Amino acid sequence: MSDLTKLTIAAARDALRKGDVTSTEITQACLTAIDSADALGAFVHKTPEIALAQARAADARIKAGDAPAMCGIPLGIKDLFCTKGVPSQAASGILQGFKPEYESTVTGKLFDAGAVMLGKLNMDEFAMGSSNETSTYGPAINPWKVDNRNLTPGGSSGGSASAVAADLCLAATGTDTGGSIRQPAAFTGITGLKPTYGRVSRWGIVAFASSLDQAGPMTKDVRDCAIMLQAMCGHDPKDSTSADLPVPDFEAALTGDIKGKTIGIPREYRMDGMPGEIEKLWEDGTAMLRDAGAKIVDISLPHTKYALPAYYVIAPAEASSNLARYDGVRFGHRAKLAAGDGITQMYEKTRAEGFGPEVQRRVMVGTYVLSAGFYDAYYNRARKVRTLIKRDFDDAFAAGVDAILTPATPSAAFGIGEMADADPIKMYLNDVFTVTVNLAGLPGIAVPTGRDAQGLPLGLQLIGKPWEEAELLNIAYRLETAAGFVAKPVKWW
Amino acid sequence: MSIDTETARRVAKLARIAVAEDALPALAAEFNAILGFIEQLNEVDVDGVEPMTSVTPQRLKRRADVVTDGNQQAAVLKNAPDAREGFFAVPKVVE
Repeated sequence: MSDLTKLTIAAARDALRKGDVTSTEITQACLTAIDSADALGAFVHKTPEIALAQARAADARIKAGDAPAMCGIPLGIKDLFCTKGVPSQAASGILQGFKPEYESTVTGKLFDAGAVMLGKLNMDEFAMGSSNETSTYGPAINPWKVDNRNLTPGGSSGGSASAVAADLCLAATGTDTGGSIRQPAAFTGITGLKPTYGRVSRWGIVAFASSLDQAGPMTKDVRDCAIMLQAMCGHDPKDSTSADLPVPDFEAALTGDIKGKTIGIPREYRMDGMPGEIEKLWEDGTAMLRDAGAKIVDISLPHTKYALPAYYVIAPAEASSNLARYDGVRFGHRAKLAAGDGITQMYEKTRAEGFGPEVQRRVMVGTYVLSAGFYDAYYNRARKVRTLIKRDFDDAFAAGVDAILTPATPSAAFGIGEMADADPIKMYLNDVFTVTVNLAGLPGIAVPTGRDAQGLPLGLQLIGKPWEEAELLNIAYRLETAAGFVAKPVKWW
Repeated sequence: MSIDTETARRVAKLARIAVAEDALPALAAEFNAILGFIEQLNEVDVDGVEPMTSVTPQRLKRRADVVTDGNQQAAVLKNAPDAREGFFAVPKVVE
């Protein structure tokens, strides 16, 4: 078989079971592709020995007829996941040298299912960013190029998106706090799903904002999202917010039949100054679902405008609390101290050296909004607005809407360094269509459906009802089939 | 609400992040830009609205109050920048 790295999970699974190819062969092909792709900055810790050992074990399992769907599938793992004995830095200098003594629940489940880890993937530091430029490793680069300019793959799961789009791995794990799976998926022409809050265990994933964080699959198509999600989710007693609900067979839900489904088009997402290309992409996607027999209805989500400001209170507040653990005592970096420095200087110097500027900014904003005298004015008000944002969605679903269609991002991928001098708020606006979904705890998926005038991929987002990932995936599957997006970046790396 | 250099210094202190004196005015300006953006929330009528504590209404699971893990001193200390005699070592805390 040729082009083993281009296989989808589904195609690889079927070929492995038939004995047409071995996991060792696919894994070796991915390792070779990774070694020639350093220019993308996607893989930041390569683990070829682990990968080949896991591949051999998977081949033995497949031969013995005991092969779950993910068995023998080579994956990239976002650096935010703790992987036992392997650097897990959250792309931060403060976790330099940290090698966990334990395995995150998600990677543990994937490995138990026979999946192969090729290495750890680049990301924004502590998942705070939308361009992968806040990483201590330097930026990941989008395999899509225009005019020979380096473009961002988006963030924070930028390395995951770049690696999947460039066929360095069959799929990757991502995490999404405000759009960090869906925006990079849209920027690179791949598919990314953020599950319902509580569907996937957060245990062993470096925490950013615990009430918003969810891990999910980043894959080459919707079917692969269904297969990989299946292996990632399920109840975990080690995460108190993990839902004890049965996990449906997501792949079996992909019938493509969406006749009679009601798709909501939220008018508040038609932003002022929205590029014509994005508007057309959205209209085209709406027409595709209508042609497939869905009923299209205009809906209102009146508090949409307040989602980003609420997010930029709640997420930094939770981050300032979560990141208090990086104190130079138990793990990671400790600053060199001057004679006479006490414990406070140790904390202050360690955190100043270890955290990058965006992380410092968010920790301090979070500290401010939680401080005495401002807690009610900022933090409690934001949590009340969050209640209203969720209520908007509850009302839409109660009125009969099955899923909501929106653009995934306000633009195609932008250039590395292009936002360097911009106000931080301008970068935050990247998440304008995705952040509502995290605040309401809903599942959302980004599907590539078109390209802009320069040829760069553009994606649409579908938002589903809580715990209805199966139905959401089926609607996404129909959209994917209708859009027929097959473009791939031209190899330059 | 406007943040001055003094407030920026206090926030940096609370967050335990050393910020050089000459970097404080720029930091204060950044805080002001972000807080200006957040101020939009004041337009929303939140009277009688409960602050969200959990996106999914759920009761946290209970378990028996028993030891489930432990006896891993070496693993716990493995990543410490400075560990001695089975403890984390830090600069002198008390005079």
